[in-house]
Amino acid sequence: MKIVVLVKQVPDTAADKRLDPDTLAVDRGAVDGLINEMDEFAVEEALQLVEKHGGEVTVVSMGPDDATDAYKKALQMGADKAVFLTDEALAGSDALATSEALAKVLGTLEFDLVILGSEASDARTSLVPALLAERLGLPQLTFASKVEVDGSAIRVNRLTDYGHDVVEASLPAVVSVVEKINEPRYPSFKGIMAAKKKPVETLDLAGIGLEAANVGWAGSRSKVVDATVAPPRAKGTIVTDEGNGGTELVEFLASKKFV
Amino acid sequence: MSEILVLVEHTDGDVKKVTLELLTKARELGTPGAVFVGSGFEKAKDKLGEYGAAKVYVAEDAALTGFVVAPKAELLAKLVADVSPAAVLVAATAEGKEVAGRLAVKTGSGILTDAVDLKLDGDTFVAEQSIFGGSSVVHSAVTAGTPIVAMRPNATPPAPEAAAAERVDVAVELSESAKLARIVEKVAVPKGDRPELTEAAIVVSGGRGVGSAEKFSVIEALADQLGAAVGASRAAVDSGWYPHQSQVGQTGKTVSPQLYVAAGISGAIQHRAGMQTSKTIVAINKDPEAPIFELVDYGVVGDLFNVVPQATEEIAKRK
Repeated sequence: MKIVVLVKQVPDTAADKRLDPDTLAVDRGAVDGLINEMDEFAVEEALQLVEKHGGEVTVVSMGPDDATDAYKKALQMGADKAVFLTDEALAGSDALATSEALAKVLGTLEFDLVILGSEASDARTSLVPALLAERLGLPQLTFASKVEVDGSAIRVNRLTDYGHDVVEASLPAVVSVVEKINEPRYPSFKGIMAAKKKPVETLDLAGIGLEAANVGWAGSRSKVVDATVAPPRAKGTIVTDEGNGGTELVEFLASKKFV
Repeated sequence: MSEILVLVEHTDGDVKKVTLELLTKARELGTPGAVFVGSGFEKAKDKLGEYGAAKVYVAEDAALTGFVVAPKAELLAKLVADVSPAAVLVAATAEGKEVAGRLAVKTGSGILTDAVDLKLDGDTFVAEQSIFGGSSVVHSAVTAGTPIVAMRPNATPPAPEAAAAERVDVAVELSESAKLARIVEKVAVPKGDRPELTEAAIVVSGGRGVGSAEKFSVIEALADQLGAAVGASRAAVDSGWYPHQSQVGQTGKTVSPQLYVAAGISGAIQHRAGMQTSKTIVAINKDPEAPIFELVDYGVVGDLFNVVPQATEEIAKRK
């Protein structure tokens, strides 16, 4: 099987994220970046599938030129090679522009399966997997908590509000995974060393035949008009339970008319 | 007034609360045209009319719900082309957003996700979004095509205002590529009577401090006294104590109820990202240093197995 895993470098969730005051975009320079957590599950799923069915895993990532930690982590976990799309004109791309650029990269690759994490922790639109399925005309198998491949057939459990749907399709397909699906491996020391020698192809917009006008600030179909830091919540009342904690809590709830 | 399409969220005609919220919002911005896909319109009709749907575009073809997302996007694309609405509103559920995204590609439009409010500034729709766990508020606008906006549940108080709910049957010839992901089975987790997590006015959540699946009954008892939904932290779900559908947080659901009660939850960023915009926040935790206490309006440092049952009993007494 040829599997492509898409990974994104995002600001560390634990850090204080903010918008760049000039561009009103996520300030990617302000905090450390790392692989989007959900993408680790995607990489793991890809690795497990090729361990079972044979084949290779290519990791693809799009970002500013210093956003290399995400795909490097995937290589360390065991992906075979990387393709990194980076171009200044891509800065400020919304989900629609991002998916257009990624679709072009995928157009240069042979694959049976594209796997992504279902959502990135920065913008949290969870749109890109569906947008890729739309652009590439492939089956959309998103929010998968289980993936089974049998020859050219694929079946997933797709999480829904009420439980899950069992969905079937033929390969090639686009799959996005939720954290329930597996437990990502830690890179071994051997894996970390081996990653340094794995091939990394770097592409820019010209390399994928995409016009700058279609992506980035120029190509985005929405814009942030203004942004304000929300006022911090007023400090609350903290009490220690001395035997009546529950009763006092209810008094608070009653004062707010919840009881 | 110009038409605002609202994609109806329902289960066999049982209309979800978020749809009533979207219809209420749509009435502020134009004339709501509800879009009902699937079976059960007769059941839904009264509710949709009660909350202001002037028209309901009904598409009952089983193929529309037999394949993942793509058929609904194709139907909406056809409607957008036929009726030229001023905007399209969907619920910011996982599926709603995917339908909206695919529609945006088809119509060459911009899309705004997770809006908590939507207003008109002249002719431009401006959405308000709360990002980074509620720490920043942004206003955004679409700059191309028919604006498509995915709105968060619990953002608009639903208000009835009767309208005709005139049925307009619509159909679309689905392309082959809309039928590539076939739903072969629907498996429902037993739901029970509690409100749905993202729509509930009150949520009571349990975390690592609860300790086991059985002990979640303590959380459930309080939730039931308050008429609340039950949520769970990622730690609790990962340990198998509560289903994934109940997970609140960065990789779970985002909720914004009137009251959020967190019991045995430390309040790491992972969790806070999912509930930080709740109107009133209460926490019970043994650890006085737990980060959740930075967020609360009222916090109790103590053992949840003492505090929560006592609170549950006190509420029952007051009824």
